[in-house]
Amino acid sequence: MQFVVDGLLSGSMIGLGAIGVTLTYSILQFSNFAHGDLMSWGTYATLIVVNAILQIMGPVGPLGPLSFGWPLLLAMISGMALTGLLALAIDYVLFARLRQKSEMIIIVMASFGASMALRSFLEFLFTGQPTYFSHAIQIATPIGLGIRITPDQAVLLAMTAVLLLAVHLMITRTQTGRSMRAVSQNAALARVVGIDVKRVIRVTWLVGGALACFSGIMIGVLLQIRPTMGLDLTLPMFAAAILGGIGSIPGAVIGGLIIGLTEAVAVEQIGAEWRIAVSFVILIAVLFIRPTGLFGVQER
Amino acid sequence: MIDLVGYAAFFLTTVLIFSLIGLGLNLQWGLTGLFNAGIAGFVAVGAYVSALLTTPETPDHLGGFDLPIVLGWFGAMMAAAAAAALIGFATLRLKSDFLAITTFGVSMVVHLVVLNAQSITGGTFGIGFIPRPFASLVETPLYFNLGNLAVVTAVTLVVFFSLEHLAHSPWGRVLKALREDERAAISLGKNARFYRTQAFALGGGIMGLAGAVQAHFVGYIAPDNYLPTLTFQVWVMLVVGGSGSNLGVVIGSLIVWAIWAGSGAMTGMLFAPEQQAHAASLQLVAIGVMLCVILLVRPNGIFGGASQLRDKKRNSPKGADGAGPSSSSSTEANAPTDRMPISKKY
Amino acid sequence: MTRPALLVESLVAGYGPDLPIVRGASIRAEAGEIVVILGPNGAGKSTLIKSVAGLVPKSSGRVLVGDNDITDAPAHTLVTRGLAFVPQTENVFQRMSVEDNLKVAGGVLKPRDVPERISEMYEIFPDLVRQKRDLAGSLSGGQRQMLAVARALMIHPSVLLLDEPSAGLSPKFVSMVFAMLSDVRKSGVTIVLVEQNAKAALAIGDRAYILVDGKERHEGVASEFWNDPVVAELYLGHRTDKAGGK
Repeated sequence: MQFVVDGLLSGSMIGLGAIGVTLTYSILQFSNFAHGDLMSWGTYATLIVVNAILQIMGPVGPLGPLSFGWPLLLAMISGMALTGLLALAIDYVLFARLRQKSEMIIIVMASFGASMALRSFLEFLFTGQPTYFSHAIQIATPIGLGIRITPDQAVLLAMTAVLLLAVHLMITRTQTGRSMRAVSQNAALARVVGIDVKRVIRVTWLVGGALACFSGIMIGVLLQIRPTMGLDLTLPMFAAAILGGIGSIPGAVIGGLIIGLTEAVAVEQIGAEWRIAVSFVILIAVLFIRPTGLFGVQER
Repeated sequence: MIDLVGYAAFFLTTVLIFSLIGLGLNLQWGLTGLFNAGIAGFVAVGAYVSALLTTPETPDHLGGFDLPIVLGWFGAMMAAAAAAALIGFATLRLKSDFLAITTFGVSMVVHLVVLNAQSITGGTFGIGFIPRPFASLVETPLYFNLGNLAVVTAVTLVVFFSLEHLAHSPWGRVLKALREDERAAISLGKNARFYRTQAFALGGGIMGLAGAVQAHFVGYIAPDNYLPTLTFQVWVMLVVGGSGSNLGVVIGSLIVWAIWAGSGAMTGMLFAPEQQAHAASLQLVAIGVMLCVILLVRPNGIFGGASQLRDKKRNSPKGADGAGPSSSSSTEANAPTDRMPISKKY
Repeated sequence: MTRPALLVESLVAGYGPDLPIVRGASIRAEAGEIVVILGPNGAGKSTLIKSVAGLVPKSSGRVLVGDNDITDAPAHTLVTRGLAFVPQTENVFQRMSVEDNLKVAGGVLKPRDVPERISEMYEIFPDLVRQKRDLAGSLSGGQRQMLAVARALMIHPSVLLLDEPSAGLSPKFVSMVFAMLSDVRKSGVTIVLVEQNAKAALAIGDRAYILVDGKERHEGVASEFWNDPVVAELYLGHRTDKAGGK
């Protein structure tokens, strides 16, 4: 049953990223292939801030049994903000201009270019070698049913749940969230009822970027940090978003969890190196059988 | 001097192989309007199939078929075309970015397979001893390079003129009409998808052929030859040259590869050996930025005239927002093609 | 002399600068009036009203709401100037509930005023209360139209624009809609509507225009329209067939 924990963890990482993908798709109307690289940049930005704090404050002990302490938490918040700002900047420089004059597929193509540039710049700055937030080894504690979990894993899962709840509340209960739903359904009508679509777009980038950063930090704490970490997650994120029904946030999360759990099972059965084949198979299956996905929302 | 000629031949051969891939891509994108984000995967399929068909028996990977090179190339084309046909069939009735996502996945998975199915593909060790067309000339590098250049040129010319002929044929005109006018596509219904699948498959086959040609040119292939970097390089070459124009593809390949090789040489000179891998990342940054800049500034490239990259001509309006998602699912007259529901897109 | 509630001066508008559909139209509506815009197919009535609402680009001309020149104002700011628009099709958010449709439209109000305003809407449109948690897409055509108008009224507009409010509705709902518009006018809102159903519209209207080829050709008091020979000629002279709305 260990696969449950592994599946939930990778499912969270995928699902959090998939939310950004699905939001970008439904509100900005294109598939952003650079989303994974936002995740990578966010993680490195967080790493830099953590190291800066440690430089200034000297060594800071971790919180309890965790491998990280408040420096990481502080850096997480600033990392999430910085990633949101980076997303805004890329939109301002590249995507917004292309929206004025080009078809959607050109914007997708540009996102490929941006993805390559972002990733390679990280490689230039940090080399391709993996790096870590902490080298502390964590002890996995058995919690029954043959499942073992480390403190880091448990806390990060809890934080994911909190974050998802916050997103859910925002989307369903706040005016901003309603405006986002409105724009994703009918941008012209949204204008007619007084919604500032440009503002909604900004919020979309901020939220998507922040969630991607958290996902990357999760990967960084539990696994490792590399410039290609975002690229590696791109196919699973898109598969999750499409499985869940592109345009649906709950769908993205559930799609992520399904893929995460399936990957975990597959890793046990056929080996870890075949991980991404799982996403691909699921993607193809969805496209053949039911392209609108589980909660088929968008009928664009 | 002879070295220079030899090097020039080598350089041109590489350019032509890229052009060959680009010709396949141009068929998919320039003529048919399909976004293939996994070019490297189709090239890899072709390279590996041809290599496996023509290499002798060895414990390192599947082999022993020992087929002649021409059959290897034929097999490569068929395999890549079949893969493309399958992908096309699955996704062409959906929005264009679904094809992009799926082809992206294809290249990821192909890479995964050739990396991990070691008993078949040699894994990270790759496949060596791939027979070369002018194997006997290996001793004299100059003639060897020139011989290879001749072969690659011949193949490229055949493909080039065949594609030009196709583009102007009734088949090609149907594709152009489908690309220009979505409504025509819808009224043709299933047939539209059939035409597009054919074009996508043929383009994929050409990419596979290019992969095979390159495999036999170099004599050795490994999984890391077929990374997203390759996909990017070809896209930039196409966009620079101007999509829709086969000649543009060749010129674009020449220009971009010259810049690439030139910048590679410069980093070789400017940076110490241990830093060179480092500097190579900057090359990739440059290529990514280059693609974005071209799309922003001159999307039609040098020779381009393809309608996909034509400016959308949204007039700057008084009081109707220009920026933001394309306006109005309720302004029927200006509905851009990506506004159509999934079932009708292709 | 006070400004009209809505003034359109020599408006040229269309989807491309070389393809004007509205060619120098001028329309005016005084405060508290119901103004009807009629005309044959292709006259540009819908484009005119969409252009006033900021959805179709304008090449030249002016639009004023009271003292405010809104010609260049972005579409989403018009509700803050008191201008609300009910499009002909897709005028509600189908995958949001009735209540959310009203709430999202209340975005420009102060948050604490929104619940009260929604209650006021439920008083005017009692049918909507029963279905307030239902998705707008599950409503019948007539109820959707009611919701669309309620949504527009959320922001206390001074001018309400409607594009063929009776299109596709059963006769029962058509009379309901027009009766409701008549009531809305009584509360001081100026109404400008484009209509194919001339008879029903003229019955509640004060003044009417006929738009032909993108320009107003005739203007008059609504109650006298039927008897006006010029109207008959403009309609008969250009009318092709009765099929289809605009």
